[in-house]
Amino acid sequence: MSNARDPRDAAAIVGIGQTRFARHLDEPEKVLALQAISAALADAGIDPGEVDGLSSYTLETTEEVEIARNLGLGDITWFSQVGYGGGAGCGVVGNAAMAVAAGQCNVAVAWRSRKRGSATSRPWAGVSSRVGGNNQWTRPFGLLRPVDEIAMLTRRYMHETGATRDHLANVALAFRRHANANPAAAMHDRPLTRDEYLSARWVSEPLCLFDNCLESDGAAAVVVCSAERAQRLANPPAYVHAWAQALPRQHQTMTNFFVDDPLEGPAWACAAKLWAQAEIGPDRVDVAQLYDAFSPLVLLSLEGYGFCARGEAGAFTDDGGLELGGRLPTNTAGGGMSEAYLHGFNLITEAVRQVRGTSTSQVPDARWSLVTSGEGVPTGALLLRGEGA
Amino acid sequence: MIDGLLPAPDDDSAPFWDYCAQGELRVQQCTGCRQLRMPPRPMCPRCRSLESTWAPTSGRGRIWSWVVPHPPLLAAYAEVAPYNVVVVELDDDPAIRFVGNIVATADGPLNQVDPATVGIGQPVQVCFAPPVDGIVLPRWLRIAE
Repeated sequence: MSNARDPRDAAAIVGIGQTRFARHLDEPEKVLALQAISAALADAGIDPGEVDGLSSYTLETTEEVEIARNLGLGDITWFSQVGYGGGAGCGVVGNAAMAVAAGQCNVAVAWRSRKRGSATSRPWAGVSSRVGGNNQWTRPFGLLRPVDEIAMLTRRYMHETGATRDHLANVALAFRRHANANPAAAMHDRPLTRDEYLSARWVSEPLCLFDNCLESDGAAAVVVCSAERAQRLANPPAYVHAWAQALPRQHQTMTNFFVDDPLEGPAWACAAKLWAQAEIGPDRVDVAQLYDAFSPLVLLSLEGYGFCARGEAGAFTDDGGLELGGRLPTNTAGGGMSEAYLHGFNLITEAVRQVRGTSTSQVPDARWSLVTSGEGVPTGALLLRGEGA
Repeated sequence: MIDGLLPAPDDDSAPFWDYCAQGELRVQQCTGCRQLRMPPRPMCPRCRSLESTWAPTSGRGRIWSWVVPHPPLLAAYAEVAPYNVVVVELDDDPAIRFVGNIVATADGPLNQVDPATVGIGQPVQVCFAPPVDGIVLPRWLRIAE
Protein backbone atom coordinates (compact mmCIF):
# COMPACT_ATOMS: atom_id res chain seq x y z
CA MET A 1 0.00 0.00 0.00
CA SER A 2 1.52 3.30 -1.07
CA ASN A 3 -0.55 6.12 0.22
CA ALA A 4 2.11 8.63 1.29
CA ARG A 5 0.96 12.23 1.41
CA ASP A 6 2.92 14.77 -0.59
CA PRO A 7 5.30 16.25 2.01
CA ARG A 8 5.64 19.49 0.06
CA ASP A 9 4.09 22.49 1.79
CA ALA A 10 2.61 20.26 4.51
CA ALA A 11 4.22 22.36 7.27
CA ALA A 12 5.13 26.02 7.59
CA ILE A 13 7.32 28.32 9.64
CA VAL A 14 4.83 30.56 11.41
CA GLY A 15 6.97 32.30 14.00
CA ILE A 16 10.49 33.73 14.13
CA GLY A 17 12.35 35.24 17.05
CA GLN A 18 15.82 36.39 17.95
CA THR A 19 17.86 38.11 20.63
CA ARG A 20 20.20 41.02 20.12
CA PHE A 21 23.35 40.10 18.21
CA ALA A 22 26.71 41.36 19.51
CA ARG A 23 30.30 40.38 20.15
CA HIS A 24 29.36 39.91 23.77
CA LEU A 25 26.04 39.55 25.56
CA ASP A 26 25.84 39.09 29.32
CA GLU A 27 23.05 36.48 29.31
CA PRO A 28 24.05 32.81 29.35
CA GLU A 29 23.32 30.63 26.33
CA LYS A 30 20.31 29.10 28.07
CA VAL A 31 18.69 32.47 28.67
CA LEU A 32 19.37 33.60 25.11
CA ALA A 33 17.67 30.43 23.85
CA LEU A 34 14.63 31.08 26.06
CA GLN A 35 14.41 34.70 24.88
CA ALA A 36 14.56 33.75 21.19
CA ILE A 37 12.02 30.94 21.55
CA SER A 38 9.66 33.17 23.53
CA ALA A 39 9.90 35.81 20.82
CA ALA A 40 9.22 33.25 18.09
CA LEU A 41 6.12 31.89 19.88
CA ALA A 42 4.84 35.43 20.48
CA ASP A 43 5.42 36.20 16.81
CA ALA A 44 3.45 33.08 15.86
CA GLY A 45 0.65 33.82 18.32
CA ILE A 46 0.96 30.33 19.82
CA ASP A 47 0.99 29.65 23.56
CA PRO A 48 4.14 27.87 24.86
CA GLY A 49 1.89 25.24 26.45
CA GLU A 50 1.01 24.04 22.97
CA VAL A 51 4.61 23.22 21.98
CA ASP A 52 5.11 19.45 21.75
CA GLY A 53 8.19 19.19 19.48
CA LEU A 54 11.79 20.37 19.94
CA SER A 55 14.52 20.37 17.30
CA SER A 56 18.09 21.55 17.84
CA TYR A 57 21.79 21.18 17.01
CA THR A 58 23.97 18.61 18.76
CA LEU A 59 26.23 21.61 19.51
CA GLU A 60 23.48 23.15 21.63
CA THR A 61 24.52 23.30 25.29
CA THR A 62 20.98 23.69 26.63
CA GLU A 63 19.17 20.36 26.77
CA GLU A 64 15.55 20.00 25.68
CA VAL A 65 14.45 19.38 29.27
CA GLU A 66 15.81 22.79 30.28
CA ILE A 67 14.00 24.50 27.43
CA ALA A 68 10.74 22.71 28.22
CA ARG A 69 10.65 23.27 31.97
CA ASN A 70 11.67 26.92 31.75
CA LEU A 71 9.23 27.90 29.04
CA GLY A 72 6.41 25.83 30.53
CA LEU A 73 6.04 23.81 27.35
CA GLY A 74 3.51 21.01 27.09
CA ASP A 75 4.29 17.30 26.94
CA ILE A 76 7.03 16.95 24.33
CA THR A 77 6.21 14.01 22.05
CA TRP A 78 9.02 14.51 19.52
CA PHE A 79 12.59 15.78 19.93
CA SER A 80 15.65 15.44 17.76
CA GLN A 81 19.12 16.88 17.15
CA VAL A 82 21.31 17.18 14.07
CA GLY A 83 25.11 17.09 14.12
CA TYR A 84 27.95 18.64 12.12
CA GLY A 85 27.88 22.18 13.48
CA GLY A 86 27.00 24.71 10.82
CA GLY A 87 25.79 21.93 8.56
CA ALA A 88 22.86 21.26 10.87
CA GLY A 89 20.49 24.25 10.67
CA CYS A 90 18.32 23.40 7.66
CA GLY A 91 18.08 19.79 8.78
CA VAL A 92 17.00 20.96 12.24
CA VAL A 93 14.09 22.87 10.70
CA GLY A 94 13.42 20.24 8.02
CA ASN A 95 13.17 17.54 10.66
CA ALA A 96 10.67 19.66 12.59
CA ALA A 97 8.56 20.08 9.44
CA MET A 98 8.74 16.33 8.80
CA ALA A 99 7.70 15.55 12.37
CA VAL A 100 4.72 17.90 12.08
CA ALA A 101 3.75 16.46 8.70
CA ALA A 102 4.03 12.92 10.09
CA GLY A 103 1.86 13.75 13.09
CA GLN A 104 4.58 13.18 15.70
CA CYS A 105 3.94 16.66 17.07
CA ASN A 106 1.70 19.63 16.36
CA VAL A 107 3.85 22.64 17.22
CA ALA A 108 7.64 22.30 16.94
CA VAL A 109 10.26 24.81 18.00
CA ALA A 110 13.74 24.85 16.46
CA TRP A 111 16.53 27.11 17.68
CA ARG A 112 20.23 27.85 17.97
CA SER A 113 21.82 29.79 20.81
CA ARG A 114 25.52 30.49 20.71
CA LYS A 115 28.10 32.29 22.80
CA ARG A 116 31.69 32.69 21.71
CA GLY A 117 32.96 31.58 25.09
CA SER A 118 30.99 28.33 25.12
CA ALA A 119 32.91 25.08 25.00
CA THR A 120 31.00 23.98 21.91
CA SER A 121 30.98 27.29 20.04
CA ARG A 122 34.36 26.57 18.53
CA PRO A 123 34.65 22.80 18.53
CA TRP A 124 38.08 23.05 16.89
CA ALA A 125 39.60 25.10 19.70
CA GLY A 126 39.92 22.64 22.56
CA VAL A 127 43.02 20.72 21.55
CA SER A 128 45.63 18.95 23.60
CA SER A 129 49.13 18.16 22.35
CA ARG A 130 47.94 14.86 20.82
CA VAL A 131 45.25 14.88 18.16
CA GLY A 132 43.26 11.83 17.11
CA GLY A 133 40.62 10.91 14.57
CA ASN A 134 40.49 12.90 11.35
CA ASN A 135 42.51 15.71 12.92
CA GLN A 136 45.66 13.58 13.12
CA TRP A 137 46.05 13.97 9.34
CA THR A 138 45.94 17.78 9.38
CA ARG A 139 46.61 19.54 12.69
CA PRO A 140 50.16 18.33 13.36
CA PHE A 141 51.13 20.11 10.12
CA GLY A 142 49.69 23.43 11.28
CA LEU A 143 46.36 23.20 9.46
CA LEU A 144 44.64 24.11 12.70
CA ARG A 145 41.44 26.06 12.14
CA PRO A 146 38.37 25.81 9.92
CA VAL A 147 39.65 28.85 8.02
CA ASP A 148 42.87 27.01 7.16
CA GLU A 149 40.91 24.03 5.87
CA ILE A 150 38.64 26.15 3.69
CA ALA A 151 41.59 28.27 2.49
CA MET A 152 43.08 25.04 1.11
CA LEU A 153 39.97 24.43 -1.01
CA THR A 154 39.87 28.11 -1.97
CA ARG A 155 43.40 28.17 -3.39
CA ARG A 156 42.64 25.11 -5.49
CA TYR A 157 39.31 26.61 -6.59
CA MET A 158 41.05 29.82 -7.70
CA HIS A 159 43.67 27.77 -9.56
CA GLU A 160 41.08 25.71 -11.42
CA THR A 161 38.58 28.49 -12.19
CA GLY A 162 40.52 31.74 -12.39
CA ALA A 163 38.46 33.24 -9.58
CA THR A 164 40.26 36.05 -7.76
CA ARG A 165 40.21 37.89 -4.45
CA ASP A 166 38.03 40.47 -6.16
CA HIS A 167 35.31 37.84 -6.42
CA LEU A 168 35.65 37.01 -2.74
CA ALA A 169 35.44 40.75 -2.05
CA ASN A 170 32.19 40.88 -4.03
CA VAL A 171 30.71 38.43 -1.53
CA ALA A 172 31.95 40.28 1.55
CA LEU A 173 30.87 43.69 0.25
CA ALA A 174 27.39 42.54 -0.83
CA PHE A 175 26.66 41.04 2.58
CA ARG A 176 28.05 44.08 4.37
CA ARG A 177 25.79 46.39 2.35
CA HIS A 178 22.78 44.29 3.36
CA ALA A 179 23.92 44.47 7.00
CA ASN A 180 24.26 48.24 6.74
CA ALA A 181 20.51 48.32 5.96
CA ASN A 182 19.63 45.97 8.85
CA PRO A 183 19.55 47.65 12.29
CA ALA A 184 19.78 44.24 14.00
CA ALA A 185 23.07 43.37 12.28
CA ALA A 186 26.25 43.50 14.31
CA MET A 187 27.90 45.38 11.41
CA HIS A 188 24.97 47.74 10.81
CA ASP A 189 27.09 50.85 11.40
CA ARG A 190 30.28 49.56 9.79
CA PRO A 191 30.54 50.13 6.02
CA LEU A 192 33.24 48.18 4.17
CA THR A 193 35.11 49.30 1.05
CA ARG A 194 36.94 47.21 -1.51
CA ASP A 195 40.20 48.91 -0.53
CA GLU A 196 39.65 47.97 3.10
CA TYR A 197 38.98 44.40 2.04
CA LEU A 198 42.09 44.16 -0.13
CA SER A 199 44.37 45.68 2.52
CA ALA A 200 43.01 43.69 5.46
CA ARG A 201 45.29 41.37 7.40
CA TRP A 202 45.63 37.76 6.32
CA VAL A 203 44.13 35.01 8.41
CA SER A 204 45.06 32.11 6.19
CA GLU A 205 46.25 33.03 2.71
CA PRO A 206 44.41 33.31 0.35
CA LEU A 207 41.73 34.33 2.90
CA CYS A 208 41.81 37.63 4.78
CA LEU A 209 39.95 38.94 7.80
CA PHE A 210 36.84 39.91 5.81
CA ASP A 211 36.49 36.45 4.26
CA ASN A 212 35.59 35.19 7.72
CA CYS A 213 32.27 35.19 9.55
CA LEU A 214 31.78 37.22 12.69
CA GLU A 215 32.18 35.90 16.20
CA SER A 216 28.83 36.56 17.81
CA ASP A 217 26.67 36.00 20.86
CA GLY A 218 22.96 35.57 20.19
CA ALA A 219 20.11 33.20 19.51
CA ALA A 220 17.36 32.71 16.95
CA ALA A 221 14.33 30.42 16.85
CA VAL A 222 11.47 29.39 14.59
CA VAL A 223 8.05 27.83 15.19
CA VAL A 224 6.73 25.16 12.81
CA CYS A 225 3.15 23.87 12.56
CA SER A 226 0.86 22.36 9.95
CA ALA A 227 0.00 24.29 6.81
CA GLU A 228 -3.68 24.11 7.75
CA ARG A 229 -3.08 25.84 11.05
CA ALA A 230 -0.62 28.26 9.48
CA GLN A 231 -3.39 29.64 7.32
CA ARG A 232 -5.34 30.65 10.43
CA LEU A 233 -2.45 32.54 12.06
CA ALA A 234 -1.53 36.21 11.76
CA ASN A 235 1.73 36.00 9.84
CA PRO A 236 1.97 35.00 6.18
CA PRO A 237 3.11 31.35 6.25
CA ALA A 238 6.55 30.36 5.01
CA TYR A 239 5.74 26.87 3.73
CA VAL A 240 8.50 24.29 3.94
CA HIS A 241 8.14 23.38 0.30
CA ALA A 242 11.12 21.03 0.14
CA TRP A 243 14.23 20.26 2.13
CA ALA A 244 17.18 17.94 1.94
CA GLN A 245 20.26 16.79 3.78
CA ALA A 246 23.47 15.32 2.36
CA LEU A 247 26.40 13.44 3.76
CA PRO A 248 28.05 12.60 0.44
CA ARG A 249 29.94 9.44 -0.27
CA GLN A 250 33.47 9.25 1.12
CA HIS A 251 33.10 12.67 2.73
CA GLN A 252 35.44 13.66 5.55
CA THR A 253 34.02 16.64 7.35
CA MET A 254 35.84 19.99 6.84
CA THR A 255 39.06 18.35 5.64
CA ASN A 256 37.46 16.88 2.56
CA PHE A 257 40.74 16.66 0.65
CA PHE A 258 40.68 12.90 0.25
CA VAL A 259 37.71 12.41 -2.10
CA ASP A 260 38.10 12.23 -5.87
CA ASP A 261 36.96 15.83 -6.36
CA PRO A 262 37.09 17.96 -3.21
CA LEU A 263 35.54 20.94 -5.02
CA GLU A 264 32.27 19.06 -5.45
CA GLY A 265 31.30 19.24 -1.81
CA PRO A 266 28.15 18.26 0.08
CA ALA A 267 26.17 21.07 -1.60
CA TRP A 268 26.09 19.06 -4.82
CA ALA A 269 24.47 15.97 -3.30
CA CYS A 270 22.14 18.11 -1.19
CA ALA A 271 21.04 20.11 -4.25
CA ALA A 272 20.31 16.96 -6.26
CA LYS A 273 17.91 15.80 -3.56
CA LEU A 274 16.42 19.25 -2.95
CA TRP A 275 15.58 19.95 -6.58
CA ALA A 276 14.22 16.40 -6.98
CA GLN A 277 11.83 17.14 -4.09
CA ALA A 278 10.80 20.60 -5.28
CA GLU A 279 8.35 21.77 -7.93
CA ILE A 280 10.87 24.34 -9.13
CA GLY A 281 14.55 24.54 -9.98
CA PRO A 282 17.18 27.11 -9.10
CA ASP A 283 16.12 29.40 -11.97
CA ARG A 284 12.89 30.22 -10.08
CA VAL A 285 14.52 31.10 -6.74
CA ASP A 286 13.90 34.76 -5.87
CA VAL A 287 16.29 35.15 -2.94
CA ALA A 288 18.91 33.00 -1.21
CA GLN A 289 20.60 32.75 2.16
CA LEU A 290 23.81 30.80 1.54
CA TYR A 291 25.89 29.61 4.47
CA ASP A 292 28.84 31.96 4.81
CA ALA A 293 31.23 30.93 7.55
CA PHE A 294 33.79 31.90 4.86
CA SER A 295 33.23 33.82 1.64
CA PRO A 296 34.44 31.01 -0.69
CA LEU A 297 31.66 28.74 0.62
CA VAL A 298 29.23 31.08 -1.13
CA LEU A 299 30.99 30.53 -4.47
CA LEU A 300 30.99 26.76 -3.96
CA SER A 301 27.30 26.85 -2.98
CA LEU A 302 26.27 28.93 -6.00
CA GLU A 303 27.72 26.17 -8.17
CA GLY A 304 26.54 23.27 -6.04
CA TYR A 305 22.92 24.45 -5.95
CA GLY A 306 22.93 25.08 -9.69
CA PHE A 307 22.76 28.87 -9.92
CA CYS A 308 25.69 28.79 -12.35
CA ALA A 309 27.96 26.21 -13.93
CA ARG A 310 31.05 24.93 -12.19
CA GLY A 311 33.81 27.51 -12.24
CA GLU A 312 31.46 30.40 -13.02
CA ALA A 313 30.55 31.53 -9.51
CA GLY A 314 33.20 34.24 -9.46
CA ALA A 315 31.72 35.94 -12.50
CA PHE A 316 28.22 35.41 -11.06
CA THR A 317 29.15 37.74 -8.18
CA ASP A 318 30.33 40.53 -10.50
CA ASP A 319 28.29 43.70 -11.11
CA GLY A 320 26.37 43.35 -7.85
CA GLY A 321 25.20 39.82 -8.67
CA LEU A 322 24.53 39.00 -5.00
CA GLU A 323 23.04 42.38 -4.09
CA LEU A 324 19.47 43.60 -4.06
CA GLY A 325 18.48 43.94 -7.72
CA GLY A 326 21.22 41.52 -8.81
CA ARG A 327 21.09 38.01 -10.27
CA LEU A 328 20.43 36.40 -6.90
CA PRO A 329 20.09 38.68 -3.88
CA THR A 330 21.92 36.71 -1.20
CA ASN A 331 22.25 36.97 2.58
CA THR A 332 19.95 39.93 2.62
CA ALA A 333 20.27 40.55 6.38
CA GLY A 334 24.06 40.41 6.23
CA GLY A 335 24.55 36.70 6.85
CA GLY A 336 27.15 35.14 9.10
CA MET A 337 29.77 37.53 7.80
CA SER A 338 27.97 40.77 8.68
CA GLU A 339 24.75 40.17 10.68
CA ALA A 340 25.69 37.46 13.22
CA TYR A 341 27.24 34.02 13.21
CA LEU A 342 24.80 31.60 14.83
CA HIS A 343 25.83 28.52 12.87
CA GLY A 344 23.48 29.67 10.13
CA PHE A 345 20.23 29.94 12.07
CA ASN A 346 19.82 33.65 11.38
CA LEU A 347 19.88 32.76 7.67
CA ILE A 348 16.68 30.76 8.25
CA THR A 349 14.86 33.61 10.01
CA GLU A 350 15.85 35.96 7.17
CA ALA A 351 14.59 33.50 4.55
CA VAL A 352 11.22 33.63 6.36
CA ARG A 353 11.22 37.44 6.44
CA GLN A 354 11.74 37.48 2.68
CA VAL A 355 8.57 35.49 1.94
CA ARG A 356 6.69 37.61 4.50
CA GLY A 357 7.87 40.78 2.80
CA THR A 358 9.52 42.16 5.95
CA SER A 359 13.27 42.07 5.20
CA THR A 360 15.27 45.28 5.51
CA SER A 361 16.62 44.40 2.05
CA GLN A 362 13.36 43.08 0.66
CA VAL A 363 13.27 41.41 -2.75
CA PRO A 364 10.00 42.59 -4.35
CA ASP A 365 7.36 39.83 -4.41
CA ALA A 366 9.79 37.19 -3.16
CA ARG A 367 7.98 33.84 -3.24
CA TRP A 368 10.71 31.21 -3.44
CA SER A 369 13.32 31.60 -0.72
CA LEU A 370 16.28 29.23 -0.44
CA VAL A 371 18.46 28.78 2.61
CA THR A 372 21.45 26.46 2.88
CA SER A 373 23.57 25.15 5.72
CA GLY A 374 27.33 24.78 5.90
CA GLU A 375 29.17 23.69 2.78
CA GLY A 376 32.21 21.55 3.47
CA VAL A 377 30.43 19.57 6.18
CA PRO A 378 27.40 17.24 6.04
CA THR A 379 24.76 19.79 5.21
CA GLY A 380 21.15 20.64 4.48
CA ALA A 381 18.95 23.05 2.56
CA LEU A 382 15.41 24.41 2.86
CA LEU A 383 13.25 25.80 0.10
CA LEU A 384 10.54 28.04 1.53
CA ARG A 385 7.47 29.08 -0.44
CA GLY A 386 5.39 32.14 0.26
CA GLU A 387 1.69 32.64 -0.44
CA GLY A 388 1.07 33.40 -4.09
CA ALA A 389 3.85 31.19 -5.43
CA MET B 1 61.20 21.28 14.60
CA ILE B 2 58.67 22.94 16.80
CA ASP B 3 56.89 21.76 19.88
CA GLY B 4 53.62 21.33 18.02
CA LEU B 5 50.74 18.90 17.91
CA LEU B 6 51.37 15.21 17.39
CA PRO B 7 49.02 12.52 16.06
CA ALA B 8 47.44 10.06 18.46
CA PRO B 9 47.76 6.76 16.56
CA ASP B 10 44.67 4.56 16.76
CA ASP B 11 43.67 1.08 15.56
CA ASP B 12 43.36 2.31 11.98
CA SER B 13 46.29 4.70 11.76
CA ALA B 14 48.97 3.01 13.87
CA PRO B 15 50.55 1.13 10.93
CA PHE B 16 50.86 4.38 8.95
CA TRP B 17 52.76 6.09 11.76
CA ASP B 18 54.84 2.97 12.44
CA TYR B 19 56.00 2.93 8.82
CA CYS B 20 56.79 6.66 8.99
CA ALA B 21 58.98 5.91 12.02
CA GLN B 22 60.85 3.46 9.80
CA GLY B 23 61.25 6.09 7.08
CA GLU B 24 58.61 4.67 4.77
CA LEU B 25 55.47 6.30 3.35
CA ARG B 26 52.99 3.47 2.97
CA VAL B 27 49.30 3.55 2.10
CA GLN B 28 46.58 1.13 3.12
CA GLN B 29 45.61 -1.19 0.26
CA CYS B 30 42.59 -3.47 0.02
CA THR B 31 43.59 -7.11 -0.19
CA GLY B 32 40.40 -7.89 -2.10
CA CYS B 33 40.30 -5.28 -4.89
CA ARG B 34 43.76 -3.69 -4.50
CA GLN B 35 42.36 -0.14 -4.20
CA LEU B 36 44.46 2.26 -2.16
CA ARG B 37 42.70 4.28 0.50
CA MET B 38 43.62 7.23 2.70
CA PRO B 39 42.88 8.02 5.50
CA PRO B 40 42.97 4.41 6.72
CA ARG B 41 39.82 2.64 7.90
CA PRO B 42 38.80 -0.97 8.57
CA MET B 43 36.62 -1.61 5.50
CA CYS B 44 37.21 -1.07 1.79
CA PRO B 45 34.42 1.26 0.57
CA ARG B 46 34.61 -0.33 -2.89
CA CYS B 47 34.48 -4.10 -2.22
CA ARG B 48 33.70 -4.09 1.55
CA SER B 49 36.64 -6.33 2.37
CA LEU B 50 37.99 -6.11 5.91
CA GLU B 51 41.40 -7.39 4.77
CA SER B 52 44.12 -4.90 3.97
CA THR B 53 47.88 -4.52 3.69
CA TRP B 54 50.20 -1.52 3.67
CA ALA B 55 51.63 -0.85 0.21
CA PRO B 56 54.93 0.95 -0.33
CA THR B 57 54.65 4.13 -2.38
CA SER B 58 57.03 6.12 -4.55
CA GLY B 59 56.91 8.92 -1.97
CA ARG B 60 56.63 11.33 -4.89
CA GLY B 61 53.77 13.65 -5.65
CA ARG B 62 52.68 17.13 -6.60
CA ILE B 63 51.33 20.07 -4.66
CA TRP B 64 47.52 20.08 -5.06
CA SER B 65 46.95 23.22 -3.00
CA TRP B 66 48.59 25.28 -0.25
CA VAL B 67 47.83 27.88 2.39
CA VAL B 68 49.77 30.24 4.63
CA PRO B 69 48.28 30.46 8.13
CA HIS B 70 48.76 33.66 10.13
CA PRO B 71 48.02 34.21 13.86
CA PRO B 72 45.93 33.82 15.94
CA LEU B 73 47.26 30.25 16.14
CA LEU B 74 48.31 27.84 18.86
CA ALA B 75 51.49 29.25 20.41
CA ALA B 76 53.84 26.66 18.96
CA TYR B 77 52.62 27.50 15.45
CA ALA B 78 52.24 31.24 15.96
CA GLU B 79 55.96 31.39 16.80
CA VAL B 80 56.88 30.23 13.29
CA ALA B 81 54.01 31.82 11.33
CA PRO B 82 53.62 32.56 8.53
CA TYR B 83 54.46 29.06 7.27
CA ASN B 84 53.17 26.87 4.46
CA VAL B 85 50.76 23.95 4.65
CA VAL B 86 50.21 21.92 1.48
CA VAL B 87 48.06 19.10 0.19
CA VAL B 88 50.15 16.69 -1.86
CA GLU B 89 48.61 14.27 -4.34
CA LEU B 90 50.62 11.10 -4.79
CA ASP B 91 52.05 10.20 -8.21
CA ASP B 92 51.06 6.56 -7.59
CA ASP B 93 47.36 7.53 -7.36
CA PRO B 94 46.33 11.22 -7.44
CA ALA B 95 43.26 10.42 -5.32
CA ILE B 96 45.64 9.63 -2.45
CA ARG B 97 46.46 12.94 -0.78
CA PHE B 98 48.37 14.05 2.29
CA VAL B 99 48.41 17.28 4.25
CA GLY B 100 51.97 18.33 5.05
CA ASN B 101 54.64 21.02 4.87
CA ILE B 102 57.27 21.98 2.31
CA VAL B 103 60.72 22.19 3.90
CA ALA B 104 64.26 22.52 2.56
CA THR B 105 65.76 19.95 4.94
CA ALA B 106 64.04 17.10 6.77
CA ASP B 107 64.80 18.66 10.16
CA GLY B 108 64.15 22.28 9.17
CA PRO B 109 61.72 24.64 10.88
CA LEU B 110 58.16 24.96 9.59
CA ASN B 111 58.93 28.40 8.15
CA GLN B 112 62.15 27.33 6.43
CA VAL B 113 60.79 27.88 2.91
CA ASP B 114 59.53 31.26 1.65
CA PRO B 115 55.80 30.61 1.17
CA ALA B 116 55.79 32.87 -1.88
CA THR B 117 57.84 30.27 -3.76
CA VAL B 118 55.28 27.48 -3.21
CA GLY B 119 52.98 26.71 -6.12
CA ILE B 120 50.35 24.24 -7.25
CA GLY B 121 51.82 21.45 -9.40
CA GLN B 122 55.35 21.57 -8.02
CA PRO B 123 56.86 18.05 -7.76
CA VAL B 124 57.80 16.89 -4.28
CA GLN B 125 59.46 13.96 -2.53
CA VAL B 126 58.67 12.76 0.96
CA CYS B 127 61.21 13.06 3.77
CA PHE B 128 60.82 12.39 7.47
CA ALA B 129 61.18 14.70 10.45
CA PRO B 130 63.29 13.69 13.45
CA PRO B 131 61.24 11.68 15.97
CA VAL B 132 59.37 13.51 18.74
CA ASP B 133 57.95 11.27 21.48
CA GLY B 134 58.29 8.34 19.09
CA ILE B 135 56.28 10.03 16.33
CA VAL B 136 57.78 10.78 12.91
CA LEU B 137 55.90 13.19 10.65
CA PRO B 138 56.25 12.95 6.88
CA ARG B 139 57.33 16.23 5.21
CA TRP B 140 57.99 17.24 1.63
CA LEU B 141 61.03 18.44 -0.30
CA ARG B 142 60.64 20.07 -3.69
CA ILE B 143 62.46 18.24 -6.49
CA ALA B 144 63.27 18.91 -10.15
CA GLU B 145 60.69 18.04 -12.81
